[in-house]
Amino acid sequence: MSEAPAAPRTVSADRLDPDGINLLLSPPEPRAGWRLLPARVVAMCAVELQKLSHDRTELYTRAVQPALWLLIFGQTFTRIKAIPTPGIPYIDYLAPGIIAQSAMFIAIFYGIQIIWERDAGILNKLLVTPTPRSALITGKAFAAGVKSLIQAVVVIVIAAILGVSLTWNPLKLLGVGAVVILGSAFFSCLSMTIAGIVLSRDRLMGFGQAITMPLFFGSNALYPVSVMPGWLQVVSKVNPLSYEVDALRGLLLGTPAHLALDFGVLAVAAALGIAAASSLLGRLAR
Amino acid sequence: MTRDAADEQHDAVTCTGLTYTFGETKAVAGLDLSVGEGEVFGLLGPNGAGKTTAIRCITTLLPVPAGMVHVFGHDTAGDRMAVRRLLGYVPQQLSADAGLTGRENVALFARVFDVPRRERAARVEQALTAVDLTEAAGRLASTYSGGMVRRLELAQALVSAPRLLILDEPTIGLDPIARTGVWEHINAVRAATGMTVLVTTHYMDEADQYCDRVGLMHGGRIRALGTPIQLREGLGERRRAEGGPADAPLPTLEDVFREVAGSGLDDQSGGFRDVRSTRRTANRVG
Repeated sequence: MSEAPAAPRTVSADRLDPDGINLLLSPPEPRAGWRLLPARVVAMCAVELQKLSHDRTELYTRAVQPALWLLIFGQTFTRIKAIPTPGIPYIDYLAPGIIAQSAMFIAIFYGIQIIWERDAGILNKLLVTPTPRSALITGKAFAAGVKSLIQAVVVIVIAAILGVSLTWNPLKLLGVGAVVILGSAFFSCLSMTIAGIVLSRDRLMGFGQAITMPLFFGSNALYPVSVMPGWLQVVSKVNPLSYEVDALRGLLLGTPAHLALDFGVLAVAAALGIAAASSLLGRLAR
Repeated sequence: MTRDAADEQHDAVTCTGLTYTFGETKAVAGLDLSVGEGEVFGLLGPNGAGKTTAIRCITTLLPVPAGMVHVFGHDTAGDRMAVRRLLGYVPQQLSADAGLTGRENVALFARVFDVPRRERAARVEQALTAVDLTEAAGRLASTYSGGMVRRLELAQALVSAPRLLILDEPTIGLDPIARTGVWEHINAVRAATGMTVLVTTHYMDEADQYCDRVGLMHGGRIRALGTPIQLREGLGERRRAEGGPADAPLPTLEDVFREVAGSGLDDQSGGFRDVRSTRRTANRVG
């Protein structure tokens, strides 16, 4: 409210210079079909980056938890050697797991944002633009991916400071970026799908809390699959987070990984997530 | 997009027997409406009259069967993208994104309407100029007053050069000065661009002052239709015919509405048929 109520300087029709708004007289050309999706993805990512540039609080506060995991859990378990990690210190083994975890935590609560946008009327406004629902969801999913990616960079820097020996090969780091974005695209779609079912922020919070820990502990983020009991190994096998962690370890540490399988699973999971969330978006618009 | 000849022959909006049901509640019950190109049409009615639901059907937010709603000849059931490209929509809530600056809010809508990059900045500035927000454009929308947010939303809607501007309760919750400001900007833009404006409101005084034609909605249907002065004179005549004093002041639009909503008359009743029959000949501003 830093400007006095807007209106006393009245604008009359003759004061609005027609030359000054000449561009507003002709609608823009529709983009060719195949260019629409990337354009919407760029638009949504741009919004996410703009928001982060105005308010970095979330970036800092979200860095605390992964830092603690690496600093306390990582260093302690490196010392007591309780978890067998072939050939590398435990903290090195843990670092990719924590990168994936912190990226997932951001994405899994992304649905809250879409419910907030629904309540604020922003979602409805976007749905009245020439943006198919699937394009809107894909855009949001990749925007969540970009947000997670920035978080991942922060965690990688923390890990490097703590002495984890990570690769600095630019191609591999590019791969890391792709893995984080795909993984977060899936988890954000999972979140937006639940949002489309429960339709309220509070219930989504509850769901988010309920599924993050099982996803985290039921993955190879903290310990190798081989030390898990049989039933947990099954959980880990169907958990996309495990594939994300596996790929990150392979790329960042050079440990043996199934990169093709990991990328394949993450891409399919993201595509299924986008389809599910898009089909439920109508419920949020109603 | 070119304004092809086929479009020119159509009214901006045509609703034919539009019906929409939420569970047991018939929110819109057989709405017939046509809004001519270039007019400012006010859809009036108390809360719960079905105005917002009707608007949401016209904007493609709610799915309706084919043939019920056309926007410039395009069926909202089959031709959604074409309809959306013709629309600028300002929902009831203050829907600007508070985490973005004014300029970024408008740029988002330039992007999702496929404004080419080389034209984007200029178009965004023109939209901001049209609503007198150039000075505040660099500030976060969270610092804006209610009237400024409304004008920002107007700029968001204008950036794509819509042929039909749909405003759902644009002045709700604003102080009288900000209300006037919003209306003056709507009028100035309409005068400069010739766009059609469909607005819902329950402020009868605003409708009287700013709308070329109004439809009074009650119980999901239009109960009276015409120019504000026609409706008021019509009621005045009926009152005199019923033995009221000959020198009584002209009834206000609110009196007309009270009669429509209060008496429970449906559209078969005599007095209103005259009013309804005038709708085709009603004044159109082109």
